[in-house]
Amino acid sequence: MEAFDYVAPRTLDEVYGHLNNGKRTLFMAGGTDVIVQLREGRRECDLLIDLKRIEQLTSYAFDSEGTLVIGAAAPLARIYEDVDVRRRLPGLVDAASLIGGIQIQSRASLGGNLCNASPAADSSPALIALGATLVIASVSGRREIPVEEFFLGPGRNALEPGELLVEVRIPAQPPRSGTRYLRFIPRNEMDIAVASAGVRVQLAPDSDTLESVRIALGAVGPTVKVVDVTSLAGRTADSATIEEAGRLAAEVATPIDDMRGSIIQRRKLARVLTIRAMEGAIERAKEIR
Amino acid sequence: MTTIERPAYKVIGSRPVRPDGVEKVTGKAQYAADPRPQGVVFGKILRSPHAHARIVSIDTSEAERHPGVLGIVTAADFPQAEDKVQDLGEGAVNLRELSDNILASEKVLYRGHAIAAVAAASPHEAEAAAQKIRVEYEVLTPVTNVLDAMREDAPLLNETRHTKMMGGQHSERPSNIAAYNQFKAGDADAGLAESDLVVEREFTTSMVHQGYIEPQSSTASWNADGTITIWTSTQGAFVVRAQVAEVLRIPVARIKVIPMEIGGGFGGKIPIYLDPVAALLSKKSGRPVKLSMNRTEVFEGTGPTSGTVISVKAGAKDGKLHAVQATLRYEAGAYPGSPVGAGAMTMLAPYDLEHVEIHTFDVVVNKPKTSAYRAPGSPAAAFAMESVVDELARTLKIDPLQFRLNSASKEGTKQVTGVPFARIGNEEVLNTAMTHPHYTAPIEGPYRGRGVASGYWFNGGMQSSVVVAVNPDGTVNLVEGSTDIGGTRASLAMQLAETLSIPYDAIRPIVADTDSIGHNDVTGGSRTTVASGMAVYQAGQDVIREMSSRAARLWSVTPEDVSYEDGVFHCLKDSTKELTFKELAAQGARTGGPIAGRASLVARGAGGAFGTHIVDVEVDPGTGKTTILRYTAVQDVGTAIHPSYVEGQIQGGVVQGIGWALNEEFVYDENGRMLNSSFLDYRMPTALDVPLIDAVIVEVPNPGHPYGVRGVGEVPIVPPLAAIANAVADATGHRFTQLPLSPRRLIEELDGGD
Repeated sequence: MEAFDYVAPRTLDEVYGHLNNGKRTLFMAGGTDVIVQLREGRRECDLLIDLKRIEQLTSYAFDSEGTLVIGAAAPLARIYEDVDVRRRLPGLVDAASLIGGIQIQSRASLGGNLCNASPAADSSPALIALGATLVIASVSGRREIPVEEFFLGPGRNALEPGELLVEVRIPAQPPRSGTRYLRFIPRNEMDIAVASAGVRVQLAPDSDTLESVRIALGAVGPTVKVVDVTSLAGRTADSATIEEAGRLAAEVATPIDDMRGSIIQRRKLARVLTIRAMEGAIERAKEIR
Repeated sequence: MTTIERPAYKVIGSRPVRPDGVEKVTGKAQYAADPRPQGVVFGKILRSPHAHARIVSIDTSEAERHPGVLGIVTAADFPQAEDKVQDLGEGAVNLRELSDNILASEKVLYRGHAIAAVAAASPHEAEAAAQKIRVEYEVLTPVTNVLDAMREDAPLLNETRHTKMMGGQHSERPSNIAAYNQFKAGDADAGLAESDLVVEREFTTSMVHQGYIEPQSSTASWNADGTITIWTSTQGAFVVRAQVAEVLRIPVARIKVIPMEIGGGFGGKIPIYLDPVAALLSKKSGRPVKLSMNRTEVFEGTGPTSGTVISVKAGAKDGKLHAVQATLRYEAGAYPGSPVGAGAMTMLAPYDLEHVEIHTFDVVVNKPKTSAYRAPGSPAAAFAMESVVDELARTLKIDPLQFRLNSASKEGTKQVTGVPFARIGNEEVLNTAMTHPHYTAPIEGPYRGRGVASGYWFNGGMQSSVVVAVNPDGTVNLVEGSTDIGGTRASLAMQLAETLSIPYDAIRPIVADTDSIGHNDVTGGSRTTVASGMAVYQAGQDVIREMSSRAARLWSVTPEDVSYEDGVFHCLKDSTKELTFKELAAQGARTGGPIAGRASLVARGAGGAFGTHIVDVEVDPGTGKTTILRYTAVQDVGTAIHPSYVEGQIQGGVVQGIGWALNEEFVYDENGRMLNSSFLDYRMPTALDVPLIDAVIVEVPNPGHPYGVRGVGEVPIVPPLAAIANAVADATGHRFTQLPLSPRRLIEELDGGD
């Protein structure tokens, strides 16, 4: 590890003052990934900008429309321990309580997990299922994109030089909807998803008919895979439909063989996890909250 | 606790707090990386990126000019080492190979093989400078699999190595097979032919690491008077001293090794890696030098245990194990010396059978040189043998524990070496397991299953030396030289308290450095509580003799007229005269000076031990994941000195066995590069992956020990691999013969992913 400078600004304007100066700059929204990568020589930088002192980036709140606005560096433990969040967005809690591991979730953040752009990240399938968007800021303004457009490839995201991720926005969930995120790891902790699935279903007001389904898969392609499940809308949320969703998911999966899992294993997991997550999502959709 | 014939003890069998406990839980205990002698600087090792290559040249000139650099060493700085074999207690080592393993001279034989080292003012400067050492390699084809390495056309790690055969001959052709051996009794072919049922299988296990939490670290100071002081993490300070002396060609008298607290070893901290390098860097830089490994260096550059391929053909006759033919092929790593012999000698220990034929191959591959790992060689062999025994019993519709009991070894049963067993507790363990509520409870539900397996370990004796000094206040200093890994300060203090009939709290155990006590062999082979315990017992007797003569002097009688009972010296000539241990201790100065006792010995009769494990699992057919539902480990421990630490040893061994069975493996690519050299991807079990492990202690006292102790620490890692594989077979109906039983393997073998 080479020596580098470290700054911990208090405002976004201060952050912008450190950018666009030719320095190799990295942001730290927790350190779960970036510190390890620096220590192992997988990344290098001249300047590390710690975002943890910026109030706007470390807080979260529901706005007047019910959208949950989460600062990119807000600690996961605070989010998933929030009673309101647990009641309104259990699908988010599924993912947030897995990222990084219990011992570091008082520092680890959604923003860090997203920007690291691992195909196996736990945040992205859940956020895509929830229809979340990301707010990206620079000295010249803000832009907002759906989460699924943020990933360009393993370790590559849509941030341009001078930009940083500032907010994750999760819209109020429709009535009779439910979201579930599941991942598979060989152990029960301290591991990276071999495959994962985030599923949101919305049921008709007075029947088990599916009004809409969103499915996103992790670790079965270079970026999160969004499964086209438009054909499921209008069908009854029964086991045949759920099996069909699993089949569609396995078709979309384009996994690789690596030390963490094989193609056969990941394709099977895409199906099994989609089925189990969809069952969980339907169950939640039927709960009265 | 099942206890067979045990005297009434006062201290033995109780559960006091360990003497080192408070320092450890408050973070004050000093581990290997903690010492900071005045002026210390930092070293970094440069390691090979190739698994197999000839070193053409090493250019250190640019690195020497890097800011902060104070010295660089390569193998050229070592004295020329000779082919001489040194016994380290748990495994022998060839000194030239040891030297080459510490810093490669002509060839690198595995990725991570150390080549050079830099000392600099800061760790970062040392790291940057190490990257500036230019090494020119002639890259060679690596061979990382034992079967590939055994082929006649395999790339050779050492062109001059020939297979060492039985009786000392060598093969004509050079070979990666370093040694071939065989064990024979009866007529295995005939025995198999007359068997009622024969099962034949081939089993594969992967290279696995001990996974001790504390990476290796060594700090060395080459002092102005030519002496060397080494602070290090080791299972045996005296063995470090001996190895450093040989590698550097320096008399042991000039080396002082200070053993720090140890964060786990499991056999992996017997060989040396950093100590002589730190010493040479200190000589060059004129400063104390600290060398510490990171986790990747630990995985790639220290000694794991062998991957294996084991074939077993076994026959049963009249409901008993009757004949076994087996071939064991063990990866030694880069240099010879796998524990294949121990595998052969332990795999049939639970059985009394007539016909045996075992062939063993010790094979070098382009992976790290293996070192000891908890019951070295035994778990993989037991995985193979106990899987086949399970299959025989199930096919014959005999309860698998009953089948083992029908075939059980006992006192007098000949082992494969021809040596008969002394008193052993195999049958007691099996009987305890059979009647345990776990075994008698039903196991129900889809994809659930139960497995059992037995295991054996010899246990070691070897050399121990202790000094016992009695303080005037009646407390006692116990000076010993065994690294305390599993609570041996407590277990030795307890044995001394029992011997002296004084309270446990009155004993202060001290693990001394190599200048301060006689030679002690490594804490390995489950020997310390046994062998140092014998020394403690003898030293305690020595103290009682000495104190009896002091009392005799005070009472003007002969020592024979003094008796010692329950902490009180009595005058046999005058029943009004008596002195407590504490009262007499205060009379040292008046009766001839300080009171001390000592003992030095080579311990014999260590006493082998057996364990039988019962495990229930549930397999998720959707993900291939195996969950351990319930685990019971029954073990004969001779006498449990401190039952909590005995249970801790049993539970720890089981956890390591669970990891080995389910997820742990060194994963290599085709170039011999390890792909999972981190705790993230080398998947040891976490606290959330293991259930409560019920440790059931059986006590069949070891007749070779004054308190009946048998070694405890190694036996419990032997049965879990097979027990879990047998449970998974029961749960899925499919016999798995390759470890680990990872979700990936289960998915791929069970249904091809459908």
